[in-house]
Amino acid sequence: MSSTVFKGGVHPDYNKELTATMAVKTMKPPEKVVIPLQQHIGAPCEPLESIVVDAEVKKGQKIAESSGFVSAPIHASISGKVTAIGPYNHPLGRPVESITIESDGEDKWDESIKPPGNPDNLTPGDIRKMVQETGIVGLGGATFPAHVKLSPPEDKKIDIVVINGAECEPYLTADHRVMLEKPEEIVFGLKMMIKALGAEKGIIGIEDNKADAIKVMEQAVSEEDNITVSPLHTKYPQGAEKMLIQVTTGRIVPSGGLPLEVGVVNHNVGTAVAITDAVREGKPLIERVVTVTGSGINRPANLLVRVGTPVSEVVESCGGLKENTLKLVIGGPMMGIAQPNPEIPVIKGTSGILALTDEDVYLAESSPCIRCAKCVDSCPVQLMPTSIAQASEHGLYKRAEKLHAMDCFECGCCSYVCPSKIPLVQWIRIGKAEITKAKKKQ
Amino acid sequence: MGMDNKMIVSSSPHIRSIESIQSVMTDVLIALFPVALMAVLLFGYQALITMVISVATAMLVEALWLRKRDIYNDGSAAVTGLLFAMVLPPSPPWWLVVVGSAAAIIIGKQVFGGIGYNIFNPALVGRAVVLVSWGGYMAGNIWSPPQPFAFGADVAAVTGATALADQGEAIQYKLSDFFIGNVPGCLGETSALALLIGGIWLYYRGHIDWRIPGGYIGTVFIMGAVFGGGFYDNHLMTGLFHVLAGGVMLGALYMATDMVTTPVTPAGRLIFGIGCGLITMLIRLWGVLPEGVTYAILLMNAVTPIIDNFTVPKQFGGVNKSA
Repeated sequence: MSSTVFKGGVHPDYNKELTATMAVKTMKPPEKVVIPLQQHIGAPCEPLESIVVDAEVKKGQKIAESSGFVSAPIHASISGKVTAIGPYNHPLGRPVESITIESDGEDKWDESIKPPGNPDNLTPGDIRKMVQETGIVGLGGATFPAHVKLSPPEDKKIDIVVINGAECEPYLTADHRVMLEKPEEIVFGLKMMIKALGAEKGIIGIEDNKADAIKVMEQAVSEEDNITVSPLHTKYPQGAEKMLIQVTTGRIVPSGGLPLEVGVVNHNVGTAVAITDAVREGKPLIERVVTVTGSGINRPANLLVRVGTPVSEVVESCGGLKENTLKLVIGGPMMGIAQPNPEIPVIKGTSGILALTDEDVYLAESSPCIRCAKCVDSCPVQLMPTSIAQASEHGLYKRAEKLHAMDCFECGCCSYVCPSKIPLVQWIRIGKAEITKAKKKQ
Repeated sequence: MGMDNKMIVSSSPHIRSIESIQSVMTDVLIALFPVALMAVLLFGYQALITMVISVATAMLVEALWLRKRDIYNDGSAAVTGLLFAMVLPPSPPWWLVVVGSAAAIIIGKQVFGGIGYNIFNPALVGRAVVLVSWGGYMAGNIWSPPQPFAFGADVAAVTGATALADQGEAIQYKLSDFFIGNVPGCLGETSALALLIGGIWLYYRGHIDWRIPGGYIGTVFIMGAVFGGGFYDNHLMTGLFHVLAGGVMLGALYMATDMVTTPVTPAGRLIFGIGCGLITMLIRLWGVLPEGVTYAILLMNAVTPIIDNFTVPKQFGGVNKSA
């Protein structure tokens, strides 16, 4: 069964062959981790009272939390001693309060971490509580706390859970490997989500450039009567929430709205595995699969990395950077964030570490817009990127808003296709920030 | 190790398509190649001379204006020069070509701020300038009929009327003559076959979509069939005659699809095409002039910003109307 196709989108070179066939290797636990207290959308965490400099911590021990519901607690990813608490570089750009732990070399689990018992006996409430306690966030990169999505308001009935295995970002293969290597865990995690939400069915969407993953996942769901695998047309941004829901369920998430408004909750394949680990083993989220790739990486790989591991160490373990590397990106090339240096920690949302050399990095200046409309035709949410960018450039933020700037989710298709190489997304971001600022003032 | 160096930080996306203004313009030149070739086959070496003068003038004038040494630059001047030649008679005086081509670049494009900022199609501005200044050379009743493969013959010595100027003349030509291009007319407008080949290339390369050519040609066909009086065999054939005779194919595929001067919204592009078709046929059927493609497109260029404003697409999951 082939899915429908969403409007717009682009076909960049996927460059996934660099790592697609490489099994996930576990990276040696680092000597030191720096764990930011903000690794999720929502309220930042505060260190627990017992977590002070010189405190001993065990692997998996909760070290920080927030009283807010939209937040996710944070756990130690190695055992050892707290050596610093303070601001540290963060992949999102601004320094964030972080806890530094130096390893005792033992890598010992905290005693509290143990299998919670037969998962069949769990109530939806139990599942939500476990997902919350284990600090699981959306691992596709958005890092929205997973328990919040599993706790829709009373009046919203969720009937479909969509699992995102599209992995439409070029270069990244973390989700691809997870599907090949942990299909049973993905399906189990999905069943837990269906149970927690009282949903009727699950759909696993996978781009059709991953034929092996589609086969493996179809095998894994063959015994399930309410779970299907949906092969998706390979087109960026197929894995964007709204596009994925449209092609797998035929439902259109309203402008400015959430998937739950059309009865859908959507989670990444990695998140499903994390939920399985939490429910079966009681394990908190302290590690994740990261694709380390790009023309600037000497030995590209898919690695299971502890949260808080310095990106510089991850890159070193892959043979380091090539001499002509010009850009280091956390995430994929379309939506990832460029970093000034590799002294930043891997966080829960780090799906990829991408190094690009001078061959791949575009440096020339932009030319005037020739109104070719390629940005308009490629926009998956049917905006007029060139017009919004122009409004933004001239400070006409009201006009940018009228042109639905706030519907832009910054997928990057417009900037990618632009023959004049205008940084359209950058201008639109500025417009969105100004619109939000003006709203707050009112 | 590269790690010690500061990395480049910029807003995502971090990869770009290989397409550039230059590659787009080069694609347009490639699309015009079959048209140019057919012009030389039909009208002889004088057509080639006209094209060379026009392209050279356009590139030179733009390079001088911009004080750039690279005279090909982004390729847009070459495109304008070649398109301007396409809307000239096969062998106009050389100075007319030079003046028109220079006017296309200067008045049509550079005075507005250069590429991307012009309101009107530069090649058609050039044509409008020579049309109003030296109408005698451009008039529809003194045009050379093609002498296929007669290289070296003095084409200008023989004159005839274009099919749109004289219905009696028109019915002497078969529809297949119009399709191949074996009829009097401008250099690049007569061969629908060559124009279609180039148009398919542009479509395949993603530089044009169906809306403008489809809206334009469809409207001309319907208007021609309904109001054309059926003089050419019958009503449907008269509709087809209006599509193939004159500059509609060239206009619809290469002029009305000029990126800079046409709407960016999908609905806007369709409206633009239909508008061009309507105005072309109003001029042809009820106006004083035999042909209306130039003015139709220039008029629609003028309303392009308004069209864009009224056709803002509904965003994904949106309910509200245009901005």
